[in-house]
Amino acid sequence: MKNKVLVVGAGGAGLVAAINAHDNGSDVTILTKDYPTRSQTSMAQGGINAVLKHSENDSVEEHIANTLKSAAGIANEDEVTKMCSEAPNALEWLDNIGVQFSRTSDGKIAHRRLGGATGDRACYAQDYTGLKILHTLYDQVLKRGIEIKNDMFLLDILTTENKVSGVSVLNKRNGEIEIYEAPAVILATGGYARIYDKHSTNAVGTSGDGLAAAIRAGARVSDMEFVQFHPTALKNSSILISESARGAGGYLLNSKGERFVDELLPRDKVALAIHEEIAKGEDIFLDIRHLGEEFIDHELPQERKLAKLYENVDPVNDLIPIKPVAHYTMGGIEVSKDSQTIVSGLFACGECANHRVHGANRLGGNSLLELVVFGKEAGISASKFAQNTDDIKAASLDSNILDEISEYTNEIDFYELRESMGNMFYKNVGISRDKEALQESLNTVKEYLSKLPLMGVQDKSKIYNTNLIEFLEFKNMLELSRLVLKGALDREESRGAHFRSDYPVIDEAYSKHTIVDINGVVAS
Amino acid sequence: MKIKIQREELVEYDVASQEGSTLLEVLNFIKTKVDPTLTYSSGCRSSVCGSCAMRANEKEVLACTYKPQDGDVIEPLKNVPLIRDLVVDMDKALEFNAKSKAWLNSCDTTPDVSEEAEKLNEVQSDCILCGSCYSACPVYAVNSEFKGPFSLTRVYKYVSDVRDADVKEKIDTVQSTGIWDCTLCNECTMVCPQDISSKADIEKLRMKSSQYGYMDPNFGNFGGGLSF
Ligand SMILES: Cc1cc2nc3c(=O)[nH]c(=O)nc-3n(C[C@H](O)[C@H](O)[C@H](O)COP(=O)(O)OP(=O)(O)OC[C@H]3O[C@@H](n4cnc5c(N)ncnc54)[C@H](O)[C@@H]3O)c2cc1C
Ligand code: SF4
Ligand code: SF4
Ligand code: FES
Repeated sequence: MKNKVLVVGAGGAGLVAAINAHDNGSDVTILTKDYPTRSQTSMAQGGINAVLKHSENDSVEEHIANTLKSAAGIANEDEVTKMCSEAPNALEWLDNIGVQFSRTSDGKIAHRRLGGATGDRACYAQDYTGLKILHTLYDQVLKRGIEIKNDMFLLDILTTENKVSGVSVLNKRNGEIEIYEAPAVILATGGYARIYDKHSTNAVGTSGDGLAAAIRAGARVSDMEFVQFHPTALKNSSILISESARGAGGYLLNSKGERFVDELLPRDKVALAIHEEIAKGEDIFLDIRHLGEEFIDHELPQERKLAKLYENVDPVNDLIPIKPVAHYTMGGIEVSKDSQTIVSGLFACGECANHRVHGANRLGGNSLLELVVFGKEAGISASKFAQNTDDIKAASLDSNILDEISEYTNEIDFYELRESMGNMFYKNVGISRDKEALQESLNTVKEYLSKLPLMGVQDKSKIYNTNLIEFLEFKNMLELSRLVLKGALDREESRGAHFRSDYPVIDEAYSKHTIVDINGVVAS
Repeated sequence: MKIKIQREELVEYDVASQEGSTLLEVLNFIKTKVDPTLTYSSGCRSSVCGSCAMRANEKEVLACTYKPQDGDVIEPLKNVPLIRDLVVDMDKALEFNAKSKAWLNSCDTTPDVSEEAEKLNEVQSDCILCGSCYSACPVYAVNSEFKGPFSLTRVYKYVSDVRDADVKEKIDTVQSTGIWDCTLCNECTMVCPQDISSKADIEKLRMKSSQYGYMDPNFGNFGGGLSF
């Protein structure tokens, strides 16, 4: 028990943390609501940033400078420096454990350029960078014999006197609550962009459960108002069409067939330009027809497949209908330099954490890098912490949320509200926001929160009750939505991904983080 | 359009409004608008996380890429314990990855991987662990301990990796309830959404095994004729 570390979440961040905690002498258990390889990390296509020895015309300094520029003044320079300097080691490690990176003709890891980078810096594994990293990490977890508990849904983090004592989870397979005790817990549960419901590229379970649980346990979250919109997702399904389509020379057109923006500007600028066109009543399309069938089949086969399947258009002959959608959440659980939260023994890494490296706008390729660098840090820190903790408190449950929910009356269908909340967020808390729209949304969210007891679940089965799981996720999303809105209302300026049409310029007075605890904005 | 879904019993749903949608979109429609007790898994919606593998008219598909048609019958994967409706328990199937030692044993110094060496097993590293091949494999009817298609593909991936320091260990490991138990029927290949042929990988592993002095045990038995 003294060296026990629990890792909640098994995406890239959780697996890196688990491997490192194990290699530093801890007894590790991974708890995850699915199976590890089903995590959203599998979806990353573009690449992972690192300046390597053979990189030409690029430097770690440039990587740092690009990251800070994109962050629009609110990233922490030390942390960014740490991440970018560690990148070559991180890539070497991934290469050594067997990730199938694409290679140059002389056997080096290949690089490509993503938006906002001054060099070709993204290392990639064909169109499957995240998939191959995630699966290789999984294989390494198996090699070490680290225990994995699949189908466990995190309910709460258990604490005594602001110290972690364990977690409670819902075992999806039998419907029972289980308690796992440990002096150290690492949260790696991913982001919260599914608050935009179908207007998001994210996997369906990306509901911010870990952030919500952390807040309830007394931790703080920060910069929640910064949500990155990706300019080109398929219009109906919100499935991502990779930036490489524009990189290869694709145009963006409105209904009149006119180009209206330089397609190679950073994501926030392109997304805003598209948003303004849509507001004028235009439909927006990505046009890659001029690239030709041969080129498309060779360079963009995945894009052709996705467009055909989900939008019923063939990009060789047709325009691809697109819209910008929520893609990545910069906000996260507030951590200090050792990846620890203000709750003693509670650590966080990956998209659910805020290591202050993305600031107001994340650079493509930096998220996979973040989860390797800070996943390692969290794993090592938690392991040390667990081994140095003597006074281990027994974990216990003081209230049972499932009993509570079973009393809910089920008069209101939460699926309807989930959908309308997503639509409202897309419209009011999307690429462009203003006070009135934000305030209106906050009122709605508060109303929904107060109506939770009128919602609930229709499915009463204990066995694999996804109706219940989705309700718990919706509850978490509502709790976080309130904090996103609070942050967005308080930040009366425009910075990075947060654009306020009523305050369209950056204001130095706001060059700070929005730090929130369960009661509201507390510090900066 | 009407589709039938295997739950405790076969249930028919009329989903005329969902014409042209993927099966996953149809399931989502039923779940959120018709019957919230319908149970299935999904994640990425874009055929890369492996969550939504199931069977349509007795063939393994990913719900997020399959477009259903009138009269389709949807069932859960085979050869794995059923949890509820279309959700199965993959724990045991996935354990075969560990039993087969499907990972890289690190080298002291990492060799540079040439472009050709990388291409050697690129397709094997596209596996999304959806379990379709496992469900389609006929061997499980007689041998529940068969290491199976996706694990053996993964072993091939590492065995053919120039970075692996101990290939022999893996070759040793897949001799029993492994490569020789496959009937080379090719069912796994037919259903793989990632165009991986586990059958071909198993044949390559058999060839490698002979380089390490192993022989086809079935062949031995027939030839000797004395063991029975
Ligand atoms: C389509 C797409 C493309 C992308 N492309 C890139 C790219 O090219 N480069 C890049 O750097 N970044 C990219 N990103 C971003 C990047 O993929 C993610 O930020 C990153 O993978 C997050 O990893 P993670 O480990 O923090 O979380 P995830 O991979 O989301 O994993 C979260 C884990 O937590 C578990 N979990 C969640 N809630 C609970 C709970 N209640 N109980 C138990 N377990 C729980 C989940 O099951 C999962 O295992 C992309 C994102 C998307 C959506
Ligand atoms: S080999 Fe193919 S069918 Fe089998 S698990 Fe992998 S992706 Fe699925
Ligand atoms: S070829 Fe071998 S592994 Fe594939 S389905 Fe047939 S018996 Fe199973
Ligand atoms: S939902 Fe991920 S493969 Fe279908």
